[in-house]
Amino acid sequence: MIPEIGHFAVVAALVMAMSLAGAGLAGAATGRSSWVDACRGFAAAQAGLILLGFVLLTVSFLRDDFSVELAAAHSNTLLPWQYKFSAVWGNHEGSFLLWTLVMAGWTLAVALAGGRLEQAFFGRVMGVLGLLNVGFLLFLLLASNPFARLAPFVPQEGNDLNPLLQDFGQIVHPPMLYIGYVGFSVAFAFAVAALLSGRLDAAWARWSRPWTNVAWAFQTVGIALGSWWAYYELGWGGWWFWDPVENASFMPWLAGTALVHSLAVTEKRGAFKSWTVLLALATFSFCLVGAFIVRSGVLTSVHAFAVDPERGLFLLILLAVAIGGALTLYAMRAPAIRSRLQYGGLSRELLLLVNNLLLVVAVAVIFIYTLYPLAYEAATGGDRISIGPPYFNRVFVPLMFVLAGFLALAPAARWKRTPLTVLRRIGVLFGIGAALGVLVSLLLGGVLKPAATLAVALATWIVATHVDDFRKRRGVRPLGYLGMVTAHVGFAVCMVGVAVTSEYSEGIDARMAVGESVEVGGVSYTLTALDRVRGPNYMADRAVFETDEGARLVPEKRTYFARGDVMTEAAIRPGFFGDRYVTLGEPVADDAWGVRIEHKPMVRWIWLGALLMAFGGLVAMADGRYRRLASRDAALAPA
Amino acid sequence: MTPLRRQRAATVLFVLAGAGVTLAVAMLALEQDINLFYPPEQVVAGEAPIGKRIRAGGMVAAGSVAHDDTGLGVSFVVTDYQGSEFRVDYEGLLPGLFGEGEGVLVAGQLRADGVFEAEEVLAKHDENYMPPEVADMMAATGEQP
Repeated sequence: MIPEIGHFAVVAALVMAMSLAGAGLAGAATGRSSWVDACRGFAAAQAGLILLGFVLLTVSFLRDDFSVELAAAHSNTLLPWQYKFSAVWGNHEGSFLLWTLVMAGWTLAVALAGGRLEQAFFGRVMGVLGLLNVGFLLFLLLASNPFARLAPFVPQEGNDLNPLLQDFGQIVHPPMLYIGYVGFSVAFAFAVAALLSGRLDAAWARWSRPWTNVAWAFQTVGIALGSWWAYYELGWGGWWFWDPVENASFMPWLAGTALVHSLAVTEKRGAFKSWTVLLALATFSFCLVGAFIVRSGVLTSVHAFAVDPERGLFLLILLAVAIGGALTLYAMRAPAIRSRLQYGGLSRELLLLVNNLLLVVAVAVIFIYTLYPLAYEAATGGDRISIGPPYFNRVFVPLMFVLAGFLALAPAARWKRTPLTVLRRIGVLFGIGAALGVLVSLLLGGVLKPAATLAVALATWIVATHVDDFRKRRGVRPLGYLGMVTAHVGFAVCMVGVAVTSEYSEGIDARMAVGESVEVGGVSYTLTALDRVRGPNYMADRAVFETDEGARLVPEKRTYFARGDVMTEAAIRPGFFGDRYVTLGEPVADDAWGVRIEHKPMVRWIWLGALLMAFGGLVAMADGRYRRLASRDAALAPA
Repeated sequence: MTPLRRQRAATVLFVLAGAGVTLAVAMLALEQDINLFYPPEQVVAGEAPIGKRIRAGGMVAAGSVAHDDTGLGVSFVVTDYQGSEFRVDYEGLLPGLFGEGEGVLVAGQLRADGVFEAEEVLAKHDENYMPPEVADMMAATGEQP
């Protein structure tokens, strides 16, 4: 009965979503405030029902109810309980249920916090969110039912969770990422509502900013967690692969980053109005494109779920309706938007325009590269190609360097026009940055690597100009400002991590028997023991390495019982300035194994920087001025 | 033109020029390296280019995997079970689920003597998954992978 009740709850949630959409849009159109007020109830009921469905599906997993097809396919009695829990979203159906749960959560959050919004505007926002909920729930119920039963033959044992997913990363990465992905629907709904009401003033941007910041912060954390997880779990020390599914999450993140900045200009200066609306629509559209890439199986990826053409088609239709509808509305309303504003050279407006331009071009580059193999296959009638990471790097990396250079100018820039006298000071700070870049590069490897040197120089410059500005602003440092500084410093930290790891990593693949030693980066590694051990649901070959630094590293190679999957468990000794990383390859003779030993300098800075960026976004969100001004806007709004 | 119009026009031009140049560079970079996939039949028939980075794949022939006695060198035979097969030489660690009778995707260069020098070896990463190129090829030849 349990899965049937869950299924029924989700069906009831669909009815709530339809009511929400109807009440919100019709209430706003006809000016019936009782209908608009009812939205809160519908949003709460919808969220409660989906949560119930989600909890009941989780119960089926925890109780090893293999009559539930999803549990039979992705769980196992031997699976540790925390992975039974995360196995719920370790597959297409369950993860989409999580997606709808997150969507309902955001909808409820807006419903509860939207009291300050003008009534009709609030109704439209609720209506648009309701429509999105309807689309997602329809997809869940019609094309990916997670509650399906296996009848009449119920398996005694489940097929187990893919061992890659039997990990802490699987517990935290998808929820964080989804909160970010789906959160951009709020900015989307605000933009559509603003277009519908024709009220594209600074107020809608002010309402959107905190929501967009939170979504962006969660997505930042989600992507960073994914990168960290891939680093330690895939076993080969890579932290970003330009895999189509990584790109699927990176495109909305880049667009969202542009949106966060563009919203600032629209809110503070009333400029870039139509551009910001377009960006809000585009950001969520990229989230939907991402969902399509991941879930349709059109592209080769380690993340790809089982391929089902029907699902791909359904998502494509959902995509077309949402994006097409929003863009049509935009085309109809945008010409009426007027920004009357002038700004001079090097003004903050201009810098933010450059920021947006660079980020959008970066999105376009990734978009073309990601979908090119698909287009090529269609155009040539089936020839398969792949595009390697060097080509992403060749285009993406220079773009980010240019972005970093402009970022260093950010704190000193003023609205309208920046006095040229500040440039001299910025120039001096650049000198300091460049000197430090050369110094750090020399300390790291004794040789100058161009990208790492440039990255350290630019990062130092960014930090220096921000610290300089911070000191000058004694007493005038609202949370929004502190958030910006934190996020920008985070970007600098992340950039240093990326560049230094990429250029100064060392490593070898070696054939080793017990008692043998190899040297990597001045550290000697000795293989001291090899044995076989049993885990809860796997057998493992385990090696013990000891270094002359006194570290002990124990990598494993596991074979899981249920599916015969083989997993490498890397042994990592993390450090603020670098990791030691040992992976077991395979036995190449009776007594010898192939092993990989790597040094990854400053790799932690990548994720540390990303966390700082996310933290900055949250700090800026907490700035009280949004709430103060939002109340004022609502009071001033025409009734 | 009013100053406002002039500014707007300049902004638009600036944006278009920047985006255009970057995308042109991106497309040029893209053209430089597209890794085409070749099944064993085409590799054996000499349709795959020599000395250029390509990808190839098929099934690892049973009993063909041979490790060096001293280093990490390994060689194996990739077959389509339809009579076309070629040898692959590789120096390095093989992926977790690499095995005889399993699907494999190799990236690297084909030598003039018909041996494929792999720089990268990819196998399936769970028991159901197979590189789509290999899966399609096996489906087309009627062989169950």
